[in-house]
Parts: sequence; structure tokens; C-alpha cells
Amino acid sequence: MSAHAVLLPARTPRSAFGKLLQSETKVAWRVPLGLALGVAVPILVLVVFGLIPAMNKPAKSLGGLTYFGVYYPILIGFVIAILSLISLPTHLATYRQQGILRRMSATPVPPAWMLAAQVIINLALAVVALAILIVSATAGFGVGAPGSPGGFTVALILTIAAMFAIGLWISAVARTAGSAGAIGQLFLYPLLFFAGVWFPQERMPPVLQHISEWSPLGASVRALQDSMQGTFPSAASLLILAGWAVLFGFLAVRFFRWE
Amino acid sequence: MIGLRSPDAGVIRVMGLDPQADRDELHAIVGAQLQASALPGQLKAGEIVDLYHSFYQAAADPEEIMDALGLAGKRTSYYRSLSGGLKQRLSVALALIGNPRVAVLDEMTTGLDPQARRDTWHLIEAVRNRGVTMILVTHYMEEAERLCDRIALLDRGRIVAIDTPERLADRAGVDKRVRFVPSKTFDDRLLTCLPEVRKLEHEGQHVIITGVGELASAVILALAAAGVTATELHLDTANLEDAFVALTGRHFHDEIGRIHR
Repeated sequence: MSAHAVLLPARTPRSAFGKLLQSETKVAWRVPLGLALGVAVPILVLVVFGLIPAMNKPAKSLGGLTYFGVYYPILIGFVIAILSLISLPTHLATYRQQGILRRMSATPVPPAWMLAAQVIINLALAVVALAILIVSATAGFGVGAPGSPGGFTVALILTIAAMFAIGLWISAVARTAGSAGAIGQLFLYPLLFFAGVWFPQERMPPVLQHISEWSPLGASVRALQDSMQGTFPSAASLLILAGWAVLFGFLAVRFFRWE
Repeated sequence: MIGLRSPDAGVIRVMGLDPQADRDELHAIVGAQLQASALPGQLKAGEIVDLYHSFYQAAADPEEIMDALGLAGKRTSYYRSLSGGLKQRLSVALALIGNPRVAVLDEMTTGLDPQARRDTWHLIEAVRNRGVTMILVTHYMEEAERLCDRIALLDRGRIVAIDTPERLADRAGVDKRVRFVPSKTFDDRLLTCLPEVRKLEHEGQHVIITGVGELASAVILALAAAGVTATELHLDTANLEDAFVALTGRHFHDEIGRIHR
């Protein structure tokens, strides 16, 4: 059947990925779920917190930290959590439910490109939101630059890896947009709780503090706080984050379905 | 056939390619319109066509395809706002955008109004005439009869016959039927004695004759000889629908009901 080889056009054009990324960006702009919840809301919260004078006074119960200083790493975790647990899985599960991935799998373009495009878009949203948060907190609200910039960066990257791995696993197993949203929230609220959104880790009972240490956002907030204060994050919190990333990354790859 | 499902048994080759192993090569030359698959509702029809255009090396002109399918005025309409018929036409456009050598169209005219169906048929014929192999999956026997050079009759997932539409109908050996209203009453024996006639029935003022061969002319000649004219004359030739029933031993409408349920 070698005669057919001559008739075959070369494979998928390289420009197709750029085009796919471009049209997925349009979708992300027209259904601004990630943009609204993951970017606008945290920035708004940061501004409100920054403008409340009481938030900026050191509190004894927080070991001399300001409330603003405590909430700042939590907001960073919140941004990453919304984009990875809500925005990413909802889009991908919708595409699976509506047969959009199935339709793509009948073209020369591998459906994995769609996955890649969605991850890139949500990562880009995270980078934009984090840049705005970090710059405005540092420049506008006197949080100060992280004492250990290297530690801060490593902690950020590992947090993103861990949370996006969980988000991809949800995208892998959720068959419908509805179930993706439900599973996403099932993870979101407990993880935010253990990160200290409702009350700071420092004031949790010992049992909850212990669970918090092992939860991805709890470990993340600790690592970020450490590096804000100038110490490199503890190996334990970084390893915990890496562990979540590896575990859920493996589960996502293992269970991913296109239909 | 396009590698979305793996075979239970046997070997399948499309243009010499194995749909499972040579998926990428195959998808570059096969266009598919799938049932139960959608597109992102927040993209515009033109954007979707452009996107799929970028997936293929030797793609067709997007403008030309959209024109041919009557989608030219819908370039800036969001996919979610398109009617069922327009969505259907867009999915046919996407199946053809890659300039495929083989196009698989799964129930492409389901949900189209008669005008849109005819337009789609014209397009299918035009593409077929350019040398593209078209594989249509359809429940509409008139569509298969009109468009297909060869028909594979499927019954519960198995092929019961493959042939040209005419020969399928012949093979089924279905009787012909003539139906008319006589201008005046006549003795039934005038017709039942004809060799072509097998059965004569009355239904109100209608007479229904079932038989074989040149049934219509034999009946009309015999009537004329007796001074009777046949008005409201209606002639049923054996068609694919009859062939389906004859070859599967079941009623076509039962089949439709089963699939749509």
C-alpha cells in the first residue's frame, strides 16, 4: 500500500495549535468564569483588605503578623484554587459532555492539544492575577517583597503544579460540566478552609492544624509565609506540595477519557 | 471506520490505512460529520470554520464551503444561536473543509427542512463529482436512492445486502402496485385474467392492483379496450423502503421507532 503514502498530505500543520489557543482564549473571554472568579474577585478582596486600617496592624494572636500579611498568601492560594479546581475542569468537562472533544478526535489534531490549550490559558490567567496581586500588595499596601524570593518562587510553582494536577484529575473523571463543578467545589471549600480563609491556621485547634499541614493549600500558605519572612520554606511543606502534584498528575493521566 | 471505536473482530482498512494504528494519517484525509457532537457555543460559525481549516494541510477555501452550504450570512453568528438546521450544515462544512478523499456523513440531513435538505444533496453531489468518496449514514430511503451509487443495508448492526439502489429493489422482488379510480364500474375478471395481475382489491372507489412485469400498461390497455378510463392513476414501483422490509423481514417504521427512542 505504499502508493497511498504519496497521496497522503503531511500531518497536522504546526500553526493549528496557535489557532486553537487563539479560539480557546476567545471562549475564555466570552465565558469569563476564570477571569471573574480567579482574577477579579481576589484583586478586589486584596484592595478592600488593604484599605481597612485594622487589617494592617500587627496582632498578638497572629504572632506579630498583620491580618493583611496573613491573608495575602491565602489570596494567592485562592487564585490558584479557583482557576485549577473550577475554571479548568468546568471547561474541559463541558467539552467532553457536548462531544466537542469527540469531534476533535476525528481531525488530525490530537484532543490533547485542547487540554494543553486550556491548561495554558488558565496558567496565563494565574500568572496575570498573581502578578497584579504581588505587585499591588508590595507597592501599594506595604507588604514588602518576599524575604526569600527563591523560596517564594519555588513555593508558587509547586502550589500551581499541585493544584493544577488536582484540577486535571477532576477534568479526567467528571463526565458532565455539572459533576465537574460539584467535584471542584467538594475540593475547593475544604482546601480553602485548611488554607485558613475562614480563620487563620495559627488559631486552629492542633488536630485541624495537623490536617492543614498535609493539605495542598495549607502547605502552600505555610511555605509562602515562611518565604515572606525571609526563611526558605521547610522541606516538609515543599515535599507535601510535590507529593500532591505527582499523585494527582498520575491519576489524571491514568483516568483521562476523551468521550 | 475513522478509529473512534476499536473493532470487536476482523480487519478494517480505509485507503490502505488502519484506523487504529494510522489514526493521524487517516484523519488528514477523512472528513467526518458525527452525530451527537457539538462545537463550542461561544465561538462564531466563521471562527469555527477557520479553526478547523487550520487543522488540515490542503484545506478547502472556507468562504467557498460556507457559501455552498448557505452559511455565508452566518459567519458572525454564535454557534449556540444557530438553528438545528444551520448547526447541521456547519458540521457538514467541517467534514468537507479538509478537502478529504473520504467523507463520512452521519445523518447529515436529519432536522433539515426540505429546501435545506435539497441544497445539501446538491452539495454532496458536487463534492462526489470531484472524486471524493462519500459515505452517508441515513434513515431516509429516498435520500439513499437519490444520492448513492451503492447501498449497504444495515439491520441491527449487520450488513444484509450491498448493491446499487435499483438492483437492491429488484433483489427484494417486491410487487408493483397500480391504484386508480375507474370512470365506470367494470367486471373484476377483465383484469384478474391478465398474466401480470396477481391481486385485485377495492378500497372505497379506488381499485388497487398488485402484480409483476409491465403491470401499468397491461392494466390500462385492458381497461381502454373495455371503454374504461383510469383516473387518479398512481403507480408504486418497488423502492428501497420495500426492499428494506423484504430483506430484513421487518417493517421500516418499526426500525425508525426503535432507533429514535
